Amino acid sequence: MLKKKKNHRMSNEINAGSMADIAFLLLIFFLVTTQISEDKGLLVKLPPWSTEPPPDFKANSRNLYSVLVNAQNQLLVRGQAMDIEKLRENTKLFISNPRQESDKATNPADAIVSLKNDRGTKYSTYLRVYNELQAAYTELRNEMALKKYGKDFEFVTDSQKKEIRELIPLILSEAEPTAFGDEK
Amino acid sequence: MSKFKESAASKGAPALNTASLPDIVFMLLFFFMVVTKLRDTELKVNVRTPEASQLTKLENKSLVNFIYVGRPTVKYMQVYGTKPRIQLGDKFANMEDIPLFLEKHKLQIPEKQQTQITSSLRIDGDVTMGIVGDIKTALRKANQLKINYSAKPLQKK
Repeated sequence: MLKKKKNHRMSNEINAGSMADIAFLLLIFFLVTTQISEDKGLLVKLPPWSTEPPPDFKANSRNLYSVLVNAQNQLLVRGQAMDIEKLRENTKLFISNPRQESDKATNPADAIVSLKNDRGTKYSTYLRVYNELQAAYTELRNEMALKKYGKDFEFVTDSQKKEIRELIPLILSEAEPTAFGDEK
Repeated sequence: MSKFKESAASKGAPALNTASLPDIVFMLLFFFMVVTKLRDTELKVNVRTPEASQLTKLENKSLVNFIYVGRPTVKYMQVYGTKPRIQLGDKFANMEDIPLFLEKHKLQIPEKQQTQITSSLRIDGDVTMGIVGDIKTALRKANQLKINYSAKPLQKK
């Protein structure tokens, strides 16, 4: 009989002392793992509007990297069709010109990337191309920052950033789109 | 013996200790407060932004105005059709409404910060560039040059 009584008392209460610990554990787990939806995007600065015709590019054609996207979302880079996967590498090669080839930019600071799309181009394709071009510049700046200061571009000081930006400026000009594939 | 039996029966099932229940509820509450984003405008167009890697965070929310572009949702298809449309604030708009929309937003912001205003373009990935180009032209004419193409971070494959 004595044994029975003891058993009964044990089942009477669940120890809830550790419940708070479990709760905090869960809270911290969710806080760490969930991605709080943030507003992110590609930051772009548009050129000011002017009615004057744009200045004629007297730039040496070897410094001009033209990217055309047609209404079928195909790329034409410097007169040649290209896969979007290769665009980033190719752009980097063009800007940095490691072997000083005569058909690529004389100097990263002189390189001009020109982007032209059609009114029928899909927005996702356009953004992807834009993203690849920006990524090419980001990677080049990263490489230079690593070489000079042993750090990634985002971790160097502001004056060092400015210096690198001057050496590799992002010059991306967008031409008026063509209207061959406009949505009716 | 009989006395003991009786008392056990009257007690019934042992009560659970609910002292930690508030903790759990608060935890859930905080969790949802943190994760959910308050949306003050109802989206009337379908927007699925594309993916990109070169993302910048939008810093000061009060300095941002949002322009949505996409095809109207099922609810509004009957009235507005299925072609891509612009949504400014909580209503459908045309190209001509953009300058006024920008100006109204600008008025709420102290003059000092007006140069930092960013337009966040939330554009559906399937929209063609025609409408996007027109918006860009409208923004340039309104001298609103800082824009942010809203995009999702790249999903790793």
